[in-house]
Amino acid sequence: MILKMNRVIGALGIAASLAFSTQAQAIDLTGAGATFPYPIYAKWAEAYKAQTGVGMNYQSIGSGGGIKQILAKTVDFGATDAPMTPEEQAKNGLTQFPTVIGGVVPVVNLAEVVGGQLKLSPAVLADIYLGKITKWNDPRIVADNAGIKLPDLPITVVHRADGSGTTFIFTTYLSQISQEWKDTIGAEKSVNWKSGQLGGKGNEGVAVYVQRTKGAIGYVEYAYALQNKMDYVQLKNRDGQFVKPDDTSFKAAAANAKWDAKNGFYEILTNEPGKESWPITGATFILIHKAQDNAATGKETLKFFDWAYSSGSKMAADLDFVPLPEGVQKQVRDSWKASVKDASGKALWK
Amino acid sequence: MQTLLREARLKRQNILDIVFRNMTRVSAFAVLALLTAILASLVIGSMPAIKAFGFNFLSSSEWDPVNENFGALVPIIGTLATAGIALVIAIPVSFGIALFLTELSPQWMRRPLGIAVELLAGIPSIIYGMWGLFVFAPLFADHIEPWINEHIGPLPMIGPYFSGPPMGIGILTAGIILSIMVIPFITSVMRDVFDVVPTLLKESAYGLGSTTWEVMWRVVLPYTRIGVVGGVMLGLGRALGETMAVTFVIGNANELSGSLLMPGNSISSALANEFTEAVGDLYTASLVELGLILFFITFVVLSIARFMLYKLGQKEGH
Repeated sequence: MILKMNRVIGALGIAASLAFSTQAQAIDLTGAGATFPYPIYAKWAEAYKAQTGVGMNYQSIGSGGGIKQILAKTVDFGATDAPMTPEEQAKNGLTQFPTVIGGVVPVVNLAEVVGGQLKLSPAVLADIYLGKITKWNDPRIVADNAGIKLPDLPITVVHRADGSGTTFIFTTYLSQISQEWKDTIGAEKSVNWKSGQLGGKGNEGVAVYVQRTKGAIGYVEYAYALQNKMDYVQLKNRDGQFVKPDDTSFKAAAANAKWDAKNGFYEILTNEPGKESWPITGATFILIHKAQDNAATGKETLKFFDWAYSSGSKMAADLDFVPLPEGVQKQVRDSWKASVKDASGKALWK
Repeated sequence: MQTLLREARLKRQNILDIVFRNMTRVSAFAVLALLTAILASLVIGSMPAIKAFGFNFLSSSEWDPVNENFGALVPIIGTLATAGIALVIAIPVSFGIALFLTELSPQWMRRPLGIAVELLAGIPSIIYGMWGLFVFAPLFADHIEPWINEHIGPLPMIGPYFSGPPMGIGILTAGIILSIMVIPFITSVMRDVFDVVPTLLKESAYGLGSTTWEVMWRVVLPYTRIGVVGGVMLGLGRALGETMAVTFVIGNANELSGSLLMPGNSISSALANEFTEAVGDLYTASLVELGLILFFITFVVLSIARFMLYKLGQKEGH
């Protein structure tokens, strides 16, 4: 009996060592962080593995977790929805670059309004979330919507309950257009919401609350609103135009942003100028260490994202993410050249 | 030769015995060490928040990540209220189920019913959450909450706790979902302990002319008291710590509304919602301190249960 056990254990040991040795042969990149870009990172990883044999393992544990992991150097790159400030980057020896663009879309549940017809100006949206406009037939909403009969219905305000990049982009926008919002609530991944509002977990939580409550307004990621055919809202942008959320208006916002490699692409795309720009747009970011202890994996990481820019755009578009404008991609590659070095101080990207 | 062999064997068995004894001891102490380690890391992790807010943390209902001002009152009340509602509903129902299964049910129904209850315990909590959000909450909002608003809302004293817009989600919904989740736990413990009551005792009571109710209340329940309380505590422990199901239906609003129909928050759902994206020492520390408070609440509840049992045991002596 004991002999048999020994044999089994021996066999297991051999099997385990075999498994380990095959794993050690290929370089596998690891990344962790934001949940918002998870679908596209996973898609890229799969396609990249098929083409090059290099695997990429991305864990969507949240931006906060991603930052902690990259600081502890347990992953090759971290991912975050809210950009890290240039000071923080410098302090931690990190460099940052954007990957794809997404946006936030207010959605409503109003039987009287056919999808996409409702128009809101920035101040009205802020006052709805501040609890100052409480009925759909408020004169200030009616003023922007001539020809639509708005009901005498209380507005139920829905927000994200979990900390999220979506909330960060949304509240950043509200802080930019409303001084009162900036002073009383501010911009963060989760904030101290006004009372009487509902908090849904995740996009799907917000969507369920909005779809079930007559007269509700909420905000979700653009891709989510699109795929679930939710009734979105037209917003008045900085140039005074009402725009629809679609890839044109997101691209317009991204193109009009002033990306700057010097401040680590710290750029929040909300309230960008331009006639066609969607006002609540945001990019999602990657963080890597400037000094790469392991040159091989550092180089592979950059190669992966280079490939993602050049060959992954179509995949991103298929998943309703907006690819980065080409000019910005070039800026990112230049920034790698300038700042990502191996242990001896040699640039990893040429 | 023979004796030598026997001695060697004895010696070997002796060693095995010692090894075995120490292994069990290590396992037992590992639990204790783990518990202390968790407690210590919770305390260390929450130190920045403890230093910054002190005891105000317990009494403040503020939760403002932007200005880094945190208080735990809302989640504490939410946790206690949902667990309380769950027990108020689950205890009588579980008692009924266990009573039926052990005393009244025809023999052929016992096994299928018992298995059904156990299966209920095996359903993952996220399924309860999704069911609660997509199926139960709409029904509750359309059919039950308007009735509650109309009939219980105007009552004096308890009225204000039962009025509010019929949204289908909130503290009451969370409590009801929790009660469904803890019923199988409490029921299976109750059924098992009811089963061990000696038939002799019950038969004697019946023989003296007791009704089924009297036998249950006067004979079975006193006999199994400790087990029953233990089962209830098991359920309470689960209700206090339940995360996913509660997060789905509690509404996740950090506000003290005073009404059970309004959205609230619980400690575990606040953690589930915010921990992943919490950046900054004070924010993270405040969340860890929430965890510490939950740990403490569970500890206090279990101690109270132990104390109650001890008191009951003392009374028995007289």
